Formats: sequence, C-alpha cells, structure tokens
Amino acid sequence: MESGLMHHVALWLAAFLTLGIFSFLYRDNTWYKVCEAIFVGISAGYWFVAYFWDNLYTKFWVGVWVTPMADRPDDWYVLYVGAALGILMLLRLVPKVGWISRWPLAFIVGATAGLYLVTYFASNVMLQIEDTVRPIFGAENDAPIYEIIGNIVVAVGTFTGLIYFFFSKEHRGAFGRAAKVGIFFLMITFGASFGYTVMSRMSLLIGRMDFLFSDWLKLIK
Amino acid sequence: MKREVPLFITFFVGTLLIASVFIPPAESWGENFSVYFDIIAVFAFFLGGGNLLRIHLQKVASKRPDWGYSIVTLVAFLVMLAAGLFKLGNPGGISGNLTTAQSWFQILFQNIMSPLGSTMYALLAFFVASASYRAFRAKNRDATILLVAAFIILLGRTPFGTMLTSWIPPQYDLLQVPNLAIWIMSGPNLAGQRAIMIGIGLGIVSMSLRILLGIERTYLGDDR
Repeated sequence: MESGLMHHVALWLAAFLTLGIFSFLYRDNTWYKVCEAIFVGISAGYWFVAYFWDNLYTKFWVGVWVTPMADRPDDWYVLYVGAALGILMLLRLVPKVGWISRWPLAFIVGATAGLYLVTYFASNVMLQIEDTVRPIFGAENDAPIYEIIGNIVVAVGTFTGLIYFFFSKEHRGAFGRAAKVGIFFLMITFGASFGYTVMSRMSLLIGRMDFLFSDWLKLIK
Repeated sequence: MKREVPLFITFFVGTLLIASVFIPPAESWGENFSVYFDIIAVFAFFLGGGNLLRIHLQKVASKRPDWGYSIVTLVAFLVMLAAGLFKLGNPGGISGNLTTAQSWFQILFQNIMSPLGSTMYALLAFFVASASYRAFRAKNRDATILLVAAFIILLGRTPFGTMLTSWIPPQYDLLQVPNLAIWIMSGPNLAGQRAIMIGIGLGIVSMSLRILLGIERTYLGDDR
C-alpha cells in the first residue's frame, strides 16, 4: 500500500493536513478546524487501541488465559485484582451505584501517593541534597579553580533558590537579599529552559518544512 | 460508606506501599501495582471513549454550533478504532503485530496522526517566537538575566556561536560561547534546577501525606 499510487495519496494527505494546521497562523478557519477534529478523533482511537492491546490483551488476557500454568509467575492471579478494579470503574455508568467507581480511583490515588512519597523524597530531595553538599575544594583538596567556583555556585544557587521558595517567612532583610540571589539563579534556569524550548520547537518546524519542500514538493534534493 | 470506604482504601494502599519499601520480600509490590494501573487505565479508556462518543453524538443530534466537526471527530475515532481493534489490512491477521507497516492502523498513524501531531507542536515555534519577543525586551533586571541566559544557550548550540568566538585564545576558552553555554548548564542552571526539584519533591511528599491522611479529598468529587 505504501508504494505507487497509495504512497502519493498518503503523501498528499499528510501535506494537506500539515498545511491545514499551519493555516491557523493566518486565522482560525474551517480547514484548520477539520484537521483539528481529525487529530482529536485519530489520537483518541490510537491510544484506546494501544492500551487495549498492550495492557488488557498482553498483560491481562495473555497472563490469565494464554500463558500455560507452568510458565506463569507465582502471583499471576493478582491480575484479576486489576481487572476487578477496572470493572468497578465502569460502574460510573450506572447512576445508582456510580459511587462505587470511587474505589478504584481511591486505590490509584492511594498507591500513587504511597509510591511517590518514597520515590520523590529519595530522588528529588535526598539525592539532590547529597549531590549539592560536596567538598568545595574536591575530595582530595586538589580541585582546579573553575571546579571550586562551580561547586560554590551550585551550593549557593541551590540554597538561595530554596530560600526564594520559602514563603512562610516574609522576604525582608538578609532573608530577602538571599531570596533575591535565588531569583537570579532561577532566572538563569528559566532562560536556559526557554532557550531549549525554542530550539526544540524550531527543530520540529524545520522537520515539517523539510517534509513539505523535500518529500512533497521535491524542491530540496 | 460513600466517602469512608474510599478514604480507607487510599490510606491502606498508600501505607502498604510505603511499608513495602522497608520490607525486602514486599519490594516487588510496587511493580504489581503498576500492572494494576495499566489494566485499570484500559477501563478508564473505555469510559473516556464512551464519553467522547456521547458528547459528540449529542452535539450532532441537537445540531449545536460546529456540529459538523463532531462528525469528523467521530468518523476519525471509529475508523482508527476499527483499524486497530480488528487489525484491518494486517498481514498477520488478528494475531499480527499492531505496528506492522502494511496495517491500516500503522498507515493511519504514519500519514495522519504523526504529521498532525508534529505540525501542531511545530506551530508552537511561531508562538514561542512571539513570546520570545515579549520576554526579550529586557524591561528589568530579571528579564535581562533570562534574556542573556537564553541567548547564550541558543547561540552556544549553533555553528554560528562557535564561529563567533573561535578567535578567543585557548587559555580563555571558557569565554567561548559554546563553553559558556555548557558552564551555564552545569553551574547556575543546575543550581536553579536543584532548588526547583527539591521544592517539587517536598511538595509531593506533603501532598501525598495530605491524601493518605484524608485531609485532601477533592479527588473523591461531590457526594452524588
């Protein structure tokens, strides 16, 4: 299907849709809205299908019905718990017992809270503090000057940045001055993130322009 | 019953998972729970898909403004659903791989969803350019710092940036724009990122505690 006529049809369709989305730069119009509606429908269908085959079929159906009993892990039956919770979620469609659908939701929220509490505390708090509180002059007191400056910058920046985020105390006096230093570091961070966002969007734009002028119009060889 | 049982489930499951971290035989529980999430997510997609059908069918039936676009959405959704669930055009039939190149599902993905998705994000380049103009007017000290950092990062990742400062002698190579960009990323930027990450970490810990202790209950919705 990807060869000959169908290849050209697919190419023109992709170009038509690409230009449709770009037409929004002129103003909101019917062409754009049609493309947008297609995108919503196709995306919803795509994720539905992907989750259906990857999770419900591969993880549940294959795990419970297809895999021979001898090859199953010891706790294979726990898959039923997931399916039972999923079915409870569908009770939302029955108004009289719709409140039962909160149970799987409570399960997800509770499990996520429990998992995140530990993992984020370890990765975002403990690990980051551990990497910040390091010997400024190096482990053997032999770090080069640029590394010493780097260590000081990271330690001061992290500490003052945290002070800026501490809103339980008014930002006045020495505390306020430290918060201002924190803003300085945060602005550099936002600037760097902004620069990267601009670059990633530009590279996507170049990719689409390459498709239009190279793949579709063949103007660029 | 309507609120107490979900609150108990939240507390029990959350506490169990926290405890499992400290009990070696229970360490794999977290992985089991992620399988539950995946299976539950499929049923959530049933609800979501059903909701999409209901909302758009209602819009078409009552001929509300822009109902024509709802027909387009419905057709696109059902076509993708049929192509994927029945694996239409798949040489391997219903047991074939979903991502086989010749299948309708993959053809629709490559020629419709992928161009639409990447163009949507590419469109943001123009809005980012407009936002850059507003951000880069350097009205005050903070905006100036943001401007300078973003400018050096942008310039440092391009051949033009390398060319611009290649004349600087090697003993001062830190002042060359690409090296300056690297230093900003690994120095001040890292410090700011760490402060933000620690802040997020502490925020998540406190929010998780609020949820587990039943102080935060908004996820339960109203009492109907």
